[in-house]
Amino acid sequence: MRAFADLLERLAFTPQRNGKITHLKRFFAQTPDPARGLALAALTGDLGLRTVTSSLLRGLVTERIDGELFALSYDFVGDLAETIALIWPAATTSQDLALPDLVEELRRTQKSELPALIAARLDSMPSSERYAYLKLATGGLRVGVSARLARVALAQYGDLPLTEVEEIWHGLTPPYANLFAWAEGGEKPASAALAPFRPVMLSTATDARALETLHPGDFAAEWKWDGIRVQAVCDQGTRRLYSRTGEDISQAFPDLLDVLDFDGVIDGELLVRRGEDVAPFGDLQKRLGRKSVSAKLRDSHPAALRAYDLLLWQGEDLRAQPFDTRRAALEAAIASLRAPRIDISPLLHFENWQDLADLRADPPGAVIEGVMLKRRDSPYLAGRIKGPWFKWKRDPMIIDAVLLYAQRGHGKRSGFYSDFTFGVWDEAGHLVPVGKAYFGFTDEELKALDRFVRNNTTETFGPVRAVRPTKVVEVAFEGLNRSPRHKSGVAMRFPRISRIRDDKPAAEADHLQTLLDMLP
Amino acid sequence: MMLPCLCMGQTCQGISADVPTSPLLLPRPEGLYCPAGDFYIDPVRPVVKALITHAHSDHARAGHGAVMATAQTLDLMAIRYGEDFTGTRQIAEGLQRIGDVTVSFHPAGHVLGSAQIAVTHKDMGTTVVTGDYSRIPNPACAPFEPVPCDILVTEATFALPVFRHPDPLAEIRRLLASVAAFPERAHMVGAYALGKAQRIIMLLREAGWVDPIYIHGALERLCAYHIEQGIPLGDLRPATMERNRKAEFAGQIILAPPSAFAATWAQRFPDPVICFASGWMQVRARARQRGVELPLVISDHVDWPDLTRTITQIDPRETWVTHGREDALIRWCQMEGRVARPLRLLGYEEEAD
Repeated sequence: MRAFADLLERLAFTPQRNGKITHLKRFFAQTPDPARGLALAALTGDLGLRTVTSSLLRGLVTERIDGELFALSYDFVGDLAETIALIWPAATTSQDLALPDLVEELRRTQKSELPALIAARLDSMPSSERYAYLKLATGGLRVGVSARLARVALAQYGDLPLTEVEEIWHGLTPPYANLFAWAEGGEKPASAALAPFRPVMLSTATDARALETLHPGDFAAEWKWDGIRVQAVCDQGTRRLYSRTGEDISQAFPDLLDVLDFDGVIDGELLVRRGEDVAPFGDLQKRLGRKSVSAKLRDSHPAALRAYDLLLWQGEDLRAQPFDTRRAALEAAIASLRAPRIDISPLLHFENWQDLADLRADPPGAVIEGVMLKRRDSPYLAGRIKGPWFKWKRDPMIIDAVLLYAQRGHGKRSGFYSDFTFGVWDEAGHLVPVGKAYFGFTDEELKALDRFVRNNTTETFGPVRAVRPTKVVEVAFEGLNRSPRHKSGVAMRFPRISRIRDDKPAAEADHLQTLLDMLP
Repeated sequence: MMLPCLCMGQTCQGISADVPTSPLLLPRPEGLYCPAGDFYIDPVRPVVKALITHAHSDHARAGHGAVMATAQTLDLMAIRYGEDFTGTRQIAEGLQRIGDVTVSFHPAGHVLGSAQIAVTHKDMGTTVVTGDYSRIPNPACAPFEPVPCDILVTEATFALPVFRHPDPLAEIRRLLASVAAFPERAHMVGAYALGKAQRIIMLLREAGWVDPIYIHGALERLCAYHIEQGIPLGDLRPATMERNRKAEFAGQIILAPPSAFAATWAQRFPDPVICFASGWMQVRARARQRGVELPLVISDHVDWPDLTRTITQIDPRETWVTHGREDALIRWCQMEGRVARPLRLLGYEEEAD
């Protein structure tokens, strides 16, 4: 438990992705089975201990500490597990209990016996272990590591191809002894689960100039839909919907799962579609990340699948077949389904690159991010390989905004103000914040922005500095959603600072209406 | 029993009638005032006569007419503010008569020169003002001395039961473990310039770190004064460098006041691990807000167990609670059947540690 507690501590305070990976790799190397596998499962959310509620914990702690002292403390600390870990009476004996034993007894213990068990365990642990134990028991780790990052670290630890780890992941169960054995030079585990995830094929970016060297006839083209990439799998009655990183998102889309009635693997775009109208990305976002979905939301935001590739169909693996063959099979497959919520992403007709450029410049709907190009003779290959698939995104949207706030960065950017909040003018002549960007600029530009922030600070709020609203920056972004959570009512996707507009006075920065007019 | 604040509405709200009419000490906007001796303790604005517990800037300010403090506190104030920081000065030694009261200074265990101040009046008994204090042994100062009194005016910086400071040497070993794990990075430890910085250096030496320790310019004179006072700090070097020699700081430990991390100063070190030595580092959110990668829970204030133990040990008739989280300590006093009241003095940094 000590090693796991130590790992959580390090992860919590390491902001950089690579730093987190380093800590995870070190932990995998130094921790024996099955403890490391259980820790991995805890990080990926696959441990399946979800019986300990916060009210149970509150009850336990207020049996030991005055309720008012606890309330004052919780108010100050802000995290229940952390408050309890810190406030719990100091351990009289401290032994390093084994993580597997702790997991096993939490799993085995009946609900009525849980309070006594948890209290006994907390009594024998120092504070950082109490914290880790409580996080484990409540299932809400939230330590700044995504399931994917944990798998990336494991793949790097064993020098394994990430796509292969992801492909077998859903067939494996904690504590993943076979996976660690593979990482350390043993056999690759066979995936036994039904409806596993298959690593997806990804595209690389292209532009008009790069396309000149290619022959238009070698490629098929489709719209690039502004939804999320999914993989719909049906395997002997087991149905799953995966994100492109292999997260199982089935729970959030029961309406779509209901109509996945086939035997195969379809690659496509998850969209919210009302009749023929594809809804903006913001509508889809309302349905993402849910554990359950109300009937009301299902009706108002109906999910749909727009298919564009076929990996397996009725027992046949099509991945080695060329695109044209798979496409023909896909068209036949989708037609045979007769499922209104599953349609096909149409191919675009073009003779030359100029035709395609014209289509890209004037798509039939706003929920299109550009065009996709797929080599007609290419097999379906996992990963991001340059050549067979290209995305030719529409040009980013651009506004000129004024810097309002800045916050310091971490690691290599320590000491530099590198996270910027910017705003545009509203009707009343006030600057209203519309987004935050922390990349897009060069190192030289960062130095200049940092200097500007230091010399123009008007107020500080903890780590945040407000700056004199005089610096105009060009902000590029990939899309815009309505957002009630933002004061401006809009939220940008992938905003970055594309240019510093020292040539432009703040009064000439864009207005909020300009942004609102860009909404789909 | 909880009594109302003594400020009579001058600095806070929520007052009722049962306030003693002529207390030995009472809060005024300038600070804690003693009418019988016509002086202030740790005033936050310039006054005619000031008694100073210790040299941290929120307690010791320049511009008073006369200052009484320990010899080391007077020296430190002169270092910080210049020789002319006060009109006249007097070293606090033994029992001193001021007006109708006698005062005496007693070790507080907080930082070099820190003291508690006991004020005695023949009719009103003894009140002890702790200033900031700590009961964890610190080689730079004499240990906290419990002084019997009728009224104890205690600080409450860490007065929540979540605050239990760990063994500082174990915290320093975590720092050294991180230095070993990331030899290519510089470890930059944020520590307040007076007291905390020297404490970190002494702990590093105690833990066996014999290499040079690099210090920010703001620490130089205060470290030099500690050495003059017979506190060995080992090989200290200025953390300055020629341009483009970043790599030489890989694997080194650099100490700086927390404010330096917000300045361009931090940019010159190779991929620094930002550490911060403070009792606040106990709370994760606090550490993350400051962008701290390695929080070191090292404090020069009493934690909750030491705070409550001290009150129990001194067993005053009344406990007055000042700057910090007074609500929780007053609640604890109530539960213990002790008389306590908040003393909401303005102008102290609630978060300095």
